[in-house]
Amino acid sequence: MLKDDNRKGMLEKVLKENDYQESALLEILHKAQEIYGYLDKNLLTYVANVLKLPPSHVFGVATFYSYFKLKAPGQHVVTGCLGTACYVKEVEDIMSAIENEFNVKRGGSTSDGKLSLFMTRCIGACAMAPNIIVDDEVIGKATKEVVLERIKLALEGGASA
Amino acid sequence: MKPADIQKIAEHEVDFQRAYKHRINVCTSSGCVPFGALKVLKAFEEAVKEFGVEKECKVARTGCVGTCSVGPAVIIEPGDYLYQSVTPEKVREIVRDHIVLGLPMKENLYSNEAFFTKQQRIVLKNAGKIDPHRVEDYIAMGGYSALVKCITRMTPQGVIEEVKDSGLRGRGGAGFPTGQKWSLVARAHGSPKYIVANLDEGDPGVFANRTLAEADPHSIIEGMVIAAYAVGAEKGYIYIRAEYPLAIQTLKLALEQARVLTLLGDNILETGLKFNIELRFGAGAFVAGEETAILASVEGRRANPRPRPPYPANSGLWGKPTLIQNVETLANIPNIVHYGGEWFAKYGTPRCTGTKCFSLTGKINNPGLIEVPMGITLREVVFDIGGGIPDGRKFKAVLVGGPSGGCLPETLLDLPIDYEALTRVGAIMGSGGIVVIDDQSCMVDTAKFFTDFCVEESCGRCNPCRAGLARVKEIFDGITKGEGKMEDITTLEKSSGYIKEASLCGLGQTAPNPVVTTLRYFREEYVEHVVEKKCRAGRCFKNLNSEANKQ
Amino acid sequence: MSIGTTTLKIDGIEVTVPEGTTILNAAKANGINIPTLCYLEGLTPWGGCRICMVEIHGTPKLFPACATPVNTGMEVITQSEKLREYRKMVVQLLLSERTHVCSVCVANNACELQKLADELGVDHVMFERNWTSQEIDSTHKSLVIDRNRCILCTRCIRVCDEIEGVHILDLKNRGKDSQIIIDLDQKWGDSDYCTSCGKCAKVCPVGAIYVESEALSETKDKHIAEFILSRRNR
Repeated sequence: MLKDDNRKGMLEKVLKENDYQESALLEILHKAQEIYGYLDKNLLTYVANVLKLPPSHVFGVATFYSYFKLKAPGQHVVTGCLGTACYVKEVEDIMSAIENEFNVKRGGSTSDGKLSLFMTRCIGACAMAPNIIVDDEVIGKATKEVVLERIKLALEGGASA
Repeated sequence: MKPADIQKIAEHEVDFQRAYKHRINVCTSSGCVPFGALKVLKAFEEAVKEFGVEKECKVARTGCVGTCSVGPAVIIEPGDYLYQSVTPEKVREIVRDHIVLGLPMKENLYSNEAFFTKQQRIVLKNAGKIDPHRVEDYIAMGGYSALVKCITRMTPQGVIEEVKDSGLRGRGGAGFPTGQKWSLVARAHGSPKYIVANLDEGDPGVFANRTLAEADPHSIIEGMVIAAYAVGAEKGYIYIRAEYPLAIQTLKLALEQARVLTLLGDNILETGLKFNIELRFGAGAFVAGEETAILASVEGRRANPRPRPPYPANSGLWGKPTLIQNVETLANIPNIVHYGGEWFAKYGTPRCTGTKCFSLTGKINNPGLIEVPMGITLREVVFDIGGGIPDGRKFKAVLVGGPSGGCLPETLLDLPIDYEALTRVGAIMGSGGIVVIDDQSCMVDTAKFFTDFCVEESCGRCNPCRAGLARVKEIFDGITKGEGKMEDITTLEKSSGYIKEASLCGLGQTAPNPVVTTLRYFREEYVEHVVEKKCRAGRCFKNLNSEANKQ
Repeated sequence: MSIGTTTLKIDGIEVTVPEGTTILNAAKANGINIPTLCYLEGLTPWGGCRICMVEIHGTPKLFPACATPVNTGMEVITQSEKLREYRKMVVQLLLSERTHVCSVCVANNACELQKLADELGVDHVMFERNWTSQEIDSTHKSLVIDRNRCILCTRCIRVCDEIEGVHILDLKNRGKDSQIIIDLDQKWGDSDYCTSCGKCAKVCPVGAIYVESEALSETKDKHIAEFILSRRNR
């Protein structure tokens, strides 16, 4: 069961705005992820029930699209752009450096849950490649040194940006 | 609002703008914002006040001018002075010297003339010139006058004929003649009819559609409304990547403005024309750009492509006739209607008319967004517009057409860019990505990178793309780890042929292109990897020693 | 509205069929056999396995016979050296995609993949075998799903949705990571909506879904969807 709180109220509003249409499933999942941070099974069950969709269909959609997260992300999120331009500009070296420095694997979080490392396929800032995103801040023409320093700063700062 | 009111808005806005002697355009698109464009904008607003020139200087936020590597970019009119890498600190000096003293600061100007001289801007003609947040700016540049012309002086059939005359072909990659597509949808039985504007742009290394939406959103909307008039559609969707927040925000605002001016709605400009547009958001699936997959996604399902026929023109969204067009195609439409199909056909080549936007990236001196006439050679794009390879490195290959495009060698640089020529050499137009590679990159590793991408993005519906590509990836993993055998090269060739011919949709049918072209043009690198366990770029076999050490 | 007919050539033979017929059905009605795998009469064509691909004269493309409607004047080729090679490739890729060991499979001798391999003369697999281990779920009182043997043909999903009408089965993830799921990817025994009708096992072409301690040759019923549909449309 989904807890009755502010967030549920916001989600109900979104469902209503979309007229409970089946075809709005992606829009609703987008908003739900914005509200809750990620999509857990409770949340998906709730959406399935309200839209009168089979749970397997909702789960199928949520896992098809890589933008939807089914697990809670860490307190700080670092995302590497793995678009072609960034690949050519050796973003891979920066990603490996982050993995080694903070003992985190891409697609996962550190054991203390403070840092998650994700990849995204091209954020469209190709002329500034390579790009690394640290808590919503895009670092263009990124270098290992700058990125590692920025992540350390975020982790020391404590509070989520 | 009546059709004639659009002209009044334009006249009023032109008078308003003429009152200013200078216009300072600060690029606030996704390329420049991370580098402080908003601070620069604020600094200009403060500086013109400080020097008391705010009455003669209009400070405006604009979209991208294309020189994305030297942002934030600022253009001062008249004269189109393009300042590069502007910082808030420099702003005061620019205002003082350029505006107050009338002395442009030469040392801060973008000096690469060639970047612009070989370009031909039709779709991007307003980019960097107008404020995308103000519909009046668009109207003052002649915006929505093409729509007015359509609904007051042209029949739907007349509009379709004009588009046919232009020779315009779909800019999403496949190059299907746009006018012909419109006729099919117009003639199809069933209602309501739909239009889907494709702004999914999932190709890594491509940002042309995003830039267009951020710089000139109304050109897309106007193109859609004209298309709706021509084919008889009532409802449109713009399917946009969720990863493009600024483009989404810009489009949302533009749609709202268009509704207020009754350029969208149930009674457009009091002519009885009905057309509404909603935004739909992609969620990180490259395959959703495929035309039957985008339909599934708009309907809220997994973005699986389906076999064609039936074609979307007859059976698209919810089984109804649907026109699917890339946004760049749509943004060409107002120009074609305004100036005529014949005018448009003068650009480019007879078979491929008009221009094409390309995202130019990789190891190149002037990366950015360009719009060039069809038929321009790759050499002109890479060496004239792009300014060649930085740091004195040597050109090795150019990737044309995104992750399922082809890697073309130096010997093919004089190839003119058009749909057929690119397909002949194993590449595709795709959505317009050109990535330049220098001698520091390994072609085997490059082919592996694209295969990895397509493996991750395959929807899984058909066997060749799902299982075939996955096995190809494993063969690449082996070769780059030093476990390659000569038979692997044969297996790669055989599987690539099968995947290309037997896959259900465009993703699978083009996914082996990088493998096929690197095998064709850079075969010796494969042989080196397999036989000598040598990577001339030093990118492969990297972790061999470290892994051996661990054990 | 009367339905017209369409005349076309299949393997050089002129055939006339009702308008809108698929190439597969047109061939079948005229005694021409095209191999199929994901296709099942009574279910919406999926067009995924590609085994039924045919050539159409005048176009370089290949078309899935199960999902392509006939056109007047079409010249269809159902057998050629290329098609034979590609069909063998389909089988090889399926055999190497997951763990298929016929001798220990409930579907041995009742398996459509095995039969195709035999008919097409697939005597080796050119790809390295992929022995990853997939989840087996035997929590349901009688039905078992062994994902190691699944070929992702989606017959089970379609029969559950289109014929039984509950849609407890679907796919999760995408591409090579696709998997058949039950409800919200939960254990079959915990499913709220499964009616335990067993149609999924009846239509599974391989040994991925089966009834516990029952040979698949007994469970299988390839005509179930078609039969129910014909009763429903009576």
